[in-house]
Amino acid sequence: MTVSIETPRTLPQRRGVNWEKWGWIYMRASGVVLVVLIFGHLFVNLMVGEGVHAIDFAFVAGKWADPFWVVWDTLLLFLALIHGANGMRTIINDYAQKPGLRKVLSWALLGSTVVLLVLGALVIFTFDPCPAGSPADLLPSFCGDIN
Amino acid sequence: MPEKSAGALADAQPVGRKQAVEQKPQGLRVSGTLYRGREGMWSWVLHRITGVSIFFFLLVHILDTALVRLSPEAYNAVIGAYQTPIMGLGEVGLVGAIGFHALNGLRIILVDFWSVGTRHQRLMFWLVWVLWAVLMIGFTPRHLMNVFGG
Ligand code: HEM
Repeated sequence: MTVSIETPRTLPQRRGVNWEKWGWIYMRASGVVLVVLIFGHLFVNLMVGEGVHAIDFAFVAGKWADPFWVVWDTLLLFLALIHGANGMRTIINDYAQKPGLRKVLSWALLGSTVVLLVLGALVIFTFDPCPAGSPADLLPSFCGDIN
Repeated sequence: MPEKSAGALADAQPVGRKQAVEQKPQGLRVSGTLYRGREGMWSWVLHRITGVSIFFFLLVHILDTALVRLSPEAYNAVIGAYQTPIMGLGEVGLVGAIGFHALNGLRIILVDFWSVGTRHQRLMFWLVWVLWAVLMIGFTPRHLMNVFGG
């Protein structure tokens, strides 16, 4: 009778993409970029000029009239929300022991993340800085030239 | 780790370490499996708490910003809530949480990728707090002047 013994020190063959590894890399790559994006965002919105008091509809419209800030805010939306959601996924997997609960929480997280990404992108890319019928004193000054 | 394996590894420990371990008062032992980590544990705890807090703020922040698509009046009404004194103090807490998470995140990345990062992780933990203090000293007075200065 022959007994075949598996060769020692061979790891089981894994197939396909190692998603956990790419998630791990994403947390670090996005983290480095987010340092620049978030502190730039906080500095321009809270430290320059009157800070938080200056923020209103006209302020946002003025920023998004510049493609630079459209790109900045879009990157911020996607990188931060996906980074945060993937971090929350780690935490759900750490604490939600029951498979049913883990499934519910994970799907709720995925669903809310996708909804907010789509909503945020739609808001940025369908934004109208001079909505018809709005009082002129709430609008950015450049609306006067257009209407 | 050194504390637990002290018995088995005593001979392999450098003299200074060995003495430090032996001088540890035995009466302070906690039974069971309570993990009492040092700087590394607290950096993890705080990184997790700040990460979750920022995540929930971001959910709300995307929704309030989405009101620019509804009407200038709706957006201005909601953003007005961010300009009250209480929210102004909350923003100091938010920036403090983001500041720690960002700086400690960079520390984690250095521990992972810098060849001597693990050796300096404790020093870098305290460096995070130094840089955090600099950040908050720069941010807080100016922000509170904006909030309370009218
Ligand atoms: C400011 C720049 C940021 C940096 C440098 C950064 C860095 C990191 C790093 C390196 C990790 C660890 C990942 C791991 O252990 O594998 C992490 C985890 C996490 N981050 Fe961030 N992050 C930043 C911003 C954010 C933002 C904006 C959010 C929220 C939307 C967030 C939420 C989280 C969460 C929830 C975790 C998981 C914590 C855990 O597993 O204990 N981070 N971050």
